[in-house]
Amino acid sequence: MTSTEKYVAAAYLVVFVMILLYVVIIAAKLSRLDREVGELADDVRARRRGEAAGDAAGGAEDDG
Amino acid sequence: MKKLAAPLDNAVGLALLATVLIGVATALTFFYAPVDQDGLNQKIFYFHVPIALTAYATFGWGAWKALVHLWKKKPGADLESYVAIHLGTIFGSLTLITGAIWAKLRWGHWWLWGEKELVLFLVIFLFYCTYFMLRYSIEAGPRRANISAVYALFGVVLIPVSFLAIRLAENYIHPIAFNKNGPQMAGSQFGTFLVCLAAMFALAGALYRLELLGKRLDTKLRELRELVLS
Repeated sequence: MTSTEKYVAAAYLVVFVMILLYVVIIAAKLSRLDREVGELADDVRARRRGEAAGDAAGGAEDDG
Repeated sequence: MKKLAAPLDNAVGLALLATVLIGVATALTFFYAPVDQDGLNQKIFYFHVPIALTAYATFGWGAWKALVHLWKKKPGADLESYVAIHLGTIFGSLTLITGAIWAKLRWGHWWLWGEKELVLFLVIFLFYCTYFMLRYSIEAGPRRANISAVYALFGVVLIPVSFLAIRLAENYIHPIAFNKNGPQMAGSQFGTFLVCLAAMFALAGALYRLELLGKRLDTKLRELRELVLS
């Protein structure tokens, strides 16, 4: 490989690596969003379970 | 759901178009466009110049969105301006790196401070780099959006100056591919260049849509969390 060919390859490689890096950053962001959506769904489920348990306890007190 | 699907479709379509165009552009560059008197190093031109023009275009788009924000107070225009400028700095760094590699091959130097076009591009690039420092030094809200928009508009003035400076200068070594007589290259080279330019614009469009989608999702998720946990 000649010196010119090395430089041309380096120029193209820089562009390729930079775009790849950008894709990795976007992928990391999407993973974080996915995790946060999961956590939010867990929070909502826990809250619903708490509310349901509260309603059940309230109903038992009324019956008593 | 429709609101989210539209930009996603847009991003997917643009990403597919960019993939096809980049493949075609690379094939044309190495197997169709002739090697001229400059030798093989001229192959860098086919990506370096379209990347530089894409950087200018994204900075220009960011300034346009900044104007829309200030003028029409359109919701989301500030975020669109920010994403465009962010992409502009990415394409700007690629321009500087590929340009430096090309300069080393052609002139034997990585950088020449006497070259007006190089220095002016660096000024534009650094100007937009400081946009992020300014933006993140102000608390999120309308004040930050307004100040960022005004700054983005100031920067765009430097773009025509950058184009004109090299043409007004008498002594230069930076090659000029286009002058008032049209493109200074063979038809096959110009055709390849146009495909490369379309590929870079499609790539920038896809990345713009993708980043915007991520940022909007982030904002919506934050709002949803506040609604659910309040």
